[in-house]
Amino acid sequence: MIDLQPLWLTLKLALLSSAILLVIAIPLAYWLAYSRFRWKAIPQALISLPLVLPPTVLGFYLLLAFSPENAFGHFMDRYFNTRLAFTFPGIVVASVIYSLPFMVHPIRSGFRNLPSSLKEAAYTLGKSRFQTLVYVLLPNIRASLLTGIVLSFAHTMGEFGVVLMVGGSIPGQTRVVSMAVYDEVQSLNYHNANIYAGVLLVFSFCILLTVYLIRPPFDNDNLTS
Amino acid sequence: MRKVPQIFWLLAAVPFLYSARPQRPKVLIAAAADLRYAMDSLVAAFDRTHPGADIQVVYGSSGNFYEQILSDAPFDLFFSADMDYPQKLKAEGKVPGAVNAYGVGSLVLWSKTIDPAIQGMHTLENNVIVKIAIANPAHAPYGKRAVESLEFYKLYDKVKDKLVMGENISQAAQFAATGSADIGMIALSLALSPAFRQAGGKYWVIPAESHARQDQGFVLLPHASGNADAQAFYEFVRTPAALSILNQFGFGTPSPKKP
Repeated sequence: MIDLQPLWLTLKLALLSSAILLVIAIPLAYWLAYSRFRWKAIPQALISLPLVLPPTVLGFYLLLAFSPENAFGHFMDRYFNTRLAFTFPGIVVASVIYSLPFMVHPIRSGFRNLPSSLKEAAYTLGKSRFQTLVYVLLPNIRASLLTGIVLSFAHTMGEFGVVLMVGGSIPGQTRVVSMAVYDEVQSLNYHNANIYAGVLLVFSFCILLTVYLIRPPFDNDNLTS
Repeated sequence: MRKVPQIFWLLAAVPFLYSARPQRPKVLIAAAADLRYAMDSLVAAFDRTHPGADIQVVYGSSGNFYEQILSDAPFDLFFSADMDYPQKLKAEGKVPGAVNAYGVGSLVLWSKTIDPAIQGMHTLENNVIVKIAIANPAHAPYGKRAVESLEFYKLYDKVKDKLVMGENISQAAQFAATGSADIGMIALSLALSPAFRQAGGKYWVIPAESHARQDQGFVLLPHASGNADAQAFYEFVRTPAALSILNQFGFGTPSPKKP
């Protein structure tokens, strides 16, 4: 009998991570797009790191960070009474870091592709920077926002290495679909592995298809950069 | 245009969507991968006498679980494939009670393509054997026993280039069962399981004197405090009913319980 829990858990993880990412990524992308900060390349490189780092490296550092023996883990344990390793909140934190570039990059290119006259007109009409962002800029980059949401959602759904390292495949907590597939293959339970894998495949395809249908001219804002 | 703030409210509600918790606490077991099928039978037997208990099992290598439990992973019970890891946990103060054995594990050669009973350990030297699957000796006790056994028969240097390592014993067994590896040095408990019988391989028990005795220990962890089902399962494992299930899966009878 197939257990639906990993599917729900994965969906929950992807939803929550994309929601948090959206909140973090808008100010970050805004700053990256418009700031004249001299060393902007450094934060840019940092944000892109998850694209090139093996998930095991990220997982290893997160595991160290989550340990109550280290500063961050100690802080969380002391003031929030939570331990992040092997818990659902822990894999949410991991996913947010892991999918950060997939949210920041499309939004940043969205901002950069807007004509500066738009922003300038809003300023001239006496709108504050925040008002301009919320009522002028964001509505004009809806397609980029959607791309960011969909890509970070899909990327979180397909996460494996980081969850394996910091999650430990605990049912109902960290046993997401990719972990369930790994587990079922090890138990020679190919029937269940097939179902999980098939669901993930079809779902991911549909997500990407939606993105490409919504924005046919992808050339001016490509998927991952 | 004013839709944007509404979206943020919606997003802020998302964390509250997950909060439902069952009243009866779940029992979460970390079990060495050689128990993959035996533990399912144990849990089924336990369920018959304790209806309503929710017992979930995660399988992996004992060394991995050791690390995870040190980092306070929320397991209630830990079934290791050896005595060392539970005893090390006890030494680290992570085990309130005693370390007891639930069985003695055996190592077998298992192959889909060749009958290992004919040549025994020397099957491994055979030219038709290209890949030999073992569990990673760095953190899987069955992997350590496999290496000891290869060294005992002075085969290690001859076959070391053929070795492929599974992350735990059940991944090593899966390599053999799918034919990706020609032969595997796997746990008897896996070879005797329905899934591996169906896979259609043959096995041969590697003589026990070739490796250290594989007593397998289990412990109740601090996370289980106040969890009656976890306590009951801990007691259940030492009952004759449970030991006879473990025997069916090839586990030898452990030495008598220490007071």
